[in-house]
Amino acid sequence: MRGRGLTSAAGAVWWRNVHTFFTNPAFLLPGLLFPLFFFTAFAGGLSRIQNVPGFDFPPGYTTWVYGFVLMQASAFGGVFTGFSVARDYEGGFARRLMLGAARRSGLILGYVMAGMTRAAFTVTVVTAVALISGMEIHGSALDLIGLYALAAAVNAAAGLFAVGVAMRFRTMQAGPAMQTPAFLALFLSPVWVPFALLTGWVKSVASVNPMTAFLDAERGFLSGAPDKVALAFGAVALLLALFAVFAVRGLHSAEQAA
Amino acid sequence: MSSPLAIQVGNLARRSIVRTLRQPAMVVPSLVFPLLLLAVNASGLNSATRLPGFPTDSYLTFALAIAFVQGALFAAMSAGNNMADDVETGFLSRLSLTPLRRLALLMGQLAGVMALGLIQALIFLLVGWIAGADFATGVGGALLIVVLVLLTSLAFGGLGAFLALRTGSGEAVQGMFPLMFASLFLSSQALPRELIQIDWFRTVATYNPVSYLLEGVRALMIKGWEAQALELAFGCAAAIAVVTLTASALALKVRMVRT
Repeated sequence: MRGRGLTSAAGAVWWRNVHTFFTNPAFLLPGLLFPLFFFTAFAGGLSRIQNVPGFDFPPGYTTWVYGFVLMQASAFGGVFTGFSVARDYEGGFARRLMLGAARRSGLILGYVMAGMTRAAFTVTVVTAVALISGMEIHGSALDLIGLYALAAAVNAAAGLFAVGVAMRFRTMQAGPAMQTPAFLALFLSPVWVPFALLTGWVKSVASVNPMTAFLDAERGFLSGAPDKVALAFGAVALLLALFAVFAVRGLHSAEQAA
Repeated sequence: MSSPLAIQVGNLARRSIVRTLRQPAMVVPSLVFPLLLLAVNASGLNSATRLPGFPTDSYLTFALAIAFVQGALFAAMSAGNNMADDVETGFLSRLSLTPLRRLALLMGQLAGVMALGLIQALIFLLVGWIAGADFATGVGGALLIVVLVLLTSLAFGGLGAFLALRTGSGEAVQGMFPLMFASLFLSSQALPRELIQIDWFRTVATYNPVSYLLEGVRALMIKGWEAQALELAFGCAAAIAVVTLTASALALKVRMVRT
């Protein structure tokens, strides 16, 4: 009975958010255009970087950039979920939802599932564009399962974080608090060149940034030479656990405020 | 009796400068984001200097040009927002009842964005100097960079003003952000044009005037007094300024008639 309450609340929130996303270009386009733009700008403008001594990635620079854009689309797909939560609170819908939900934790699940659906759509489009642009994938079918499983887990972790922030602040003005950590985590990592070719303070930060492990693992799956898989999945599992607690406590904060 | 043009411009410029610099939300991001991008690029892409043909062994020096041009490009947003605010609040309508000249109004409104451009340029020069960037042309070159940044701020500020006057909407001005973003990233911002490997991207960067603005700054910082690079940079900035300011003046004429 409790499980049914959870799934019905989650399903209702998921369907509402997915419907809004796919029927409103103002929500659909930004999430789609920015990964595509970064893919175009980096794969097109920086491909010569693969000729730097020490840059060894056989599938080529387009595939290298795809690894980054996949992470970007996944992480920001989760972050945009927080925007949906904040918008629902600003409009008063979330308060009505909390009154009607049999199990309120189902709301968190529904928002995270909606974020995963949005990210899946964006990743599908970006992958199609990358393949048309000549991206080479040297990994096996099993590697690809690992690739997209890790992307989905990162998306869920980012979604839980953003939902936690949104439920605490309950306003769109909290947008920077959701976006900035994701943006910094992405860009303070080996975005353009391998970790060994980074220099200065970015290298120091990247050495402790979990995004470095995610990117290394993603690119390992793409090149058919999996690398840091246990570290990446371990780190994302830890983040999922931490951010799940963060989101549930955010829900309690919203309940008390209501 | 109509005031002399200089007094009209001066009064409006003072208002525009004070208004712009009093808004931390306008000043802080325009300084922080270019510096953040500079810090990330200088460290993350330093290995690009090992590419054969790369013009300098310091990516910081190469990337500093991006901060100057990025700051000036985003001046369009500041100018547009201020102008749109004046349209939305009716300030422009009230001004249209006075004998104020349109040229004075336009130049005065853009003074704030020029002041912001000046502050940005001086801070970026200071940060670059402290961080160890090269300035091949010395103090004279640094001053010329400031002049180029001001001209570029005026040029793109004119674009923001034009959009604000045409639409009367701050949201429409915000819609320019992706255009500014794309014009910066689809240029020779990350690598010199001759090192861009993908043909279509190199072609886009070649037709993109932002590439020449960047290359003008880079010439002064890396190579020295290169006449062709400077002519192209100042020529592009001046041409954009003429087009956008003319368009803004025409849009202002229509807006004043409407009100």
